[in-house]
Amino acid sequence: MPPAETRQQAAIPAQPAVAGAPAVAAVPQSVGVGTSTPTDVAGLGRLRAVGFVAPALVLIGVFLVFPALWTLYIGVTNYRLTGVAARTPDVVGLDNYRRALSDPTFYRSLWITLLFVFGSAVIGQNGLGFVFAWGLRGARPWVRRLAEAFVLLAWILPASVVAFLWVALLERDGGTLNELLGRTPGVPWLVEYPLLSIVVFNIWRGTAFSMMLYSAALSAVPPSHLETARLAGSSAAQTLRDVVLPHIRRYALTNTLLITLWTFNDFSPYLLTAGGPNHRSETTPVYIYNTAIVGGQMGYSGAISLLVLLINLLLALVYLRAARTSRRLSGG
Amino acid sequence: MQRSIGVHTRALAVIAAAVLVSGTAAGCLGKSSTSNNGANANADAKQFTLTIAANGISGGKNAKGADWVQNWVIPHFVADQKAKGRTATVKFQGSGAADEDYKSKVALDLKSGSGADIYALDGIWVGEFADAGYIKPLDDLVGADKVSAWDGWSQIPPSVQANMSYNNKKYGIPNGTDGRVLFFNKKLFAQAGLPADWQPTSWDDILTTGQTLKSKLPGVTPIQLNGGTAMGEATTMQGALPLLVGTGQQIWANGKWQGNTQAMRDVLTMYDKIYKGGLGDPVLQEDAKGRDESFAEFAAGKIAILLESDYFWRSVIEPTQGIDKMADRDQVVGWAKIPAMKPGSGIRGQDFVSMSGGGGNVINPATKYPQQAWELLQFMNSKDAVIAYLGGAAQITQRQDVNSQVLSRDPMLTFISQQVLPLTAFRPGFAVYPQVSQALQQATLDVVSGKSPADAATAYQQSVAGLVGGADKVASG
Repeated sequence: MPPAETRQQAAIPAQPAVAGAPAVAAVPQSVGVGTSTPTDVAGLGRLRAVGFVAPALVLIGVFLVFPALWTLYIGVTNYRLTGVAARTPDVVGLDNYRRALSDPTFYRSLWITLLFVFGSAVIGQNGLGFVFAWGLRGARPWVRRLAEAFVLLAWILPASVVAFLWVALLERDGGTLNELLGRTPGVPWLVEYPLLSIVVFNIWRGTAFSMMLYSAALSAVPPSHLETARLAGSSAAQTLRDVVLPHIRRYALTNTLLITLWTFNDFSPYLLTAGGPNHRSETTPVYIYNTAIVGGQMGYSGAISLLVLLINLLLALVYLRAARTSRRLSGG
Repeated sequence: MQRSIGVHTRALAVIAAAVLVSGTAAGCLGKSSTSNNGANANADAKQFTLTIAANGISGGKNAKGADWVQNWVIPHFVADQKAKGRTATVKFQGSGAADEDYKSKVALDLKSGSGADIYALDGIWVGEFADAGYIKPLDDLVGADKVSAWDGWSQIPPSVQANMSYNNKKYGIPNGTDGRVLFFNKKLFAQAGLPADWQPTSWDDILTTGQTLKSKLPGVTPIQLNGGTAMGEATTMQGALPLLVGTGQQIWANGKWQGNTQAMRDVLTMYDKIYKGGLGDPVLQEDAKGRDESFAEFAAGKIAILLESDYFWRSVIEPTQGIDKMADRDQVVGWAKIPAMKPGSGIRGQDFVSMSGGGGNVINPATKYPQQAWELLQFMNSKDAVIAYLGGAAQITQRQDVNSQVLSRDPMLTFISQQVLPLTAFRPGFAVYPQVSQALQQATLDVVSGKSPADAATAYQQSVAGLVGGADKVASG
């Protein structure tokens, strides 16, 4: 029975830790993972190694893999929050995906998300964070501490509190901004400029991270390089471009990709505009919420969620690849 | 060779695990129809805890109802139970949220088989909640004999009972009904040289009055007709539907939903005339908090005409407990019947129209004490409790014996019960209605934010056809 024999042979190396040394000695040593003596540095052996990572794997399974599979499943049903389809959902195959891919509202939400991410994270938080870090570099310690404290405060306050403050700021009647500008009747900022409002809001809220990261990055620029540039008579712009940037390029990349991912999934704009008026500030996470919870279309929003998950994976891949490339560049 | 088999085995294991997980998942999706508690579960309990949930909160939205539960229902019910030798603990779970948010919250509570024992619901949610298995007929929950034994039913008219019924089964006890009228500010009207006993007889009348107000009173918004999705059902009930019945059509009739019909285009054209003609404030319709702001503006004398139900009179601009108190409400605020598009063009050939709704309380099927919850529900709807709720004010309650005593106290409510209720119409009690309503809200939003009525009606037709299962169930043309 040659097939069975082959199978047996193949099976043995797969369980060396259980079978023990004699069984393994009977078959030719295979290279790599399946050998009896632990080849890992820690000397744990496979079983104990598995035991060691099991808690982490369980956590990942419960909080990452299961929800992903669940979303995948919901996405192929017509599951709703209420009505008959809440009790007995039917499997509708790829209908939800077909609908999502031909839904202009979905594409609009992606476009708005793109503008939101680009405006508030890539340009706004990145730029302002760097300006703060660079500008505060030479400031007196107390000025620096104070400025940093204020920027950090915007970051650490709970989103609901912050949203309440911003609604009060941007209100048409009696809002702080309109009062300051002396506008009567006031401008309904959240209705007339909803996207701009949430972009500015998110810059204000998230700049702290970029600022801290760039502060740390800037301290990695050797002072001697800056001194040399100064002696050589280079302008501030030249110094930035030729001395500072090469040193902080990797930090800038990491920062940009991290805040891109966060901002892509950020839900706090909902607290200001609820996606409105008429979907004009409806980023994809808000669109999913409005579809699932307000509209009750759980199945459809499950399908969109999965598409968003794929986009996130793609972004993460881009991040990993870019990080590797840049490491190779600066390491080489 | 060995290696590749190993890889295959592992891949198979992963797939098997995935199938297993999604298999269990499939088992969880949806709601099992079996009730976990029988009708007589814990019926003899000497000690029990019940929770009442409603979208009202002391000092905020529907404060009156919240205060009533906390200060009257709970202490009196607890005392009543004590006299029967039982120790009851009753809690109130208030909310002060927009109706749509409250609905989502309740749906999620019921879906997970947890939450309060008694929930206040809007009547139009009953169908979709019942279809989902989130709520159950009272007969199934507490026993048909016990339900029919309640003497209160005889005081509740069938049309009001229908608010909390679905497929001819009672799901809860209703808490009255309402009617819609045009409220207007007599002070502003006087300044513009308009009569204090204003009663328009056509839509054009409303528009002409709006023009007069606009030219005479700069800075005042002439008309607030709810539009847009942010206001949710308030747009449908206080905007689109009162107009629609004024064209002679109902949102659902003879097996068909209104689609892109002449009536619908007329309704949307009215929105167009108000919001593009500068007679209304489009921003309020688009703002996430627009409805609350419109109330505040009316109370501050910045809006002249506003279409609302008597809820506005009782709970919003009420001088002592309202959200936006108007101390001089009784002198300043007038009301008029909603005219049909043209005299005689309303449903049933009427000159004037209105819409009515109403909510009530249901029992959570997951309650541990169904009998005690039913007892509490009856207690909340007893004559004494309803009178205590009114506290000297008037309202069209569920109980005729109370109405006959209290309605004469308030001229506004007398007007509603005598002049408006005979004209009124109700929404269809189908589970799909709230979705059609959302499509209708979107159509008004499209117009308010710039689309032409014809384009908005076309888009509306398309979404309704998708919702109700085909164009053959939608009237058009």
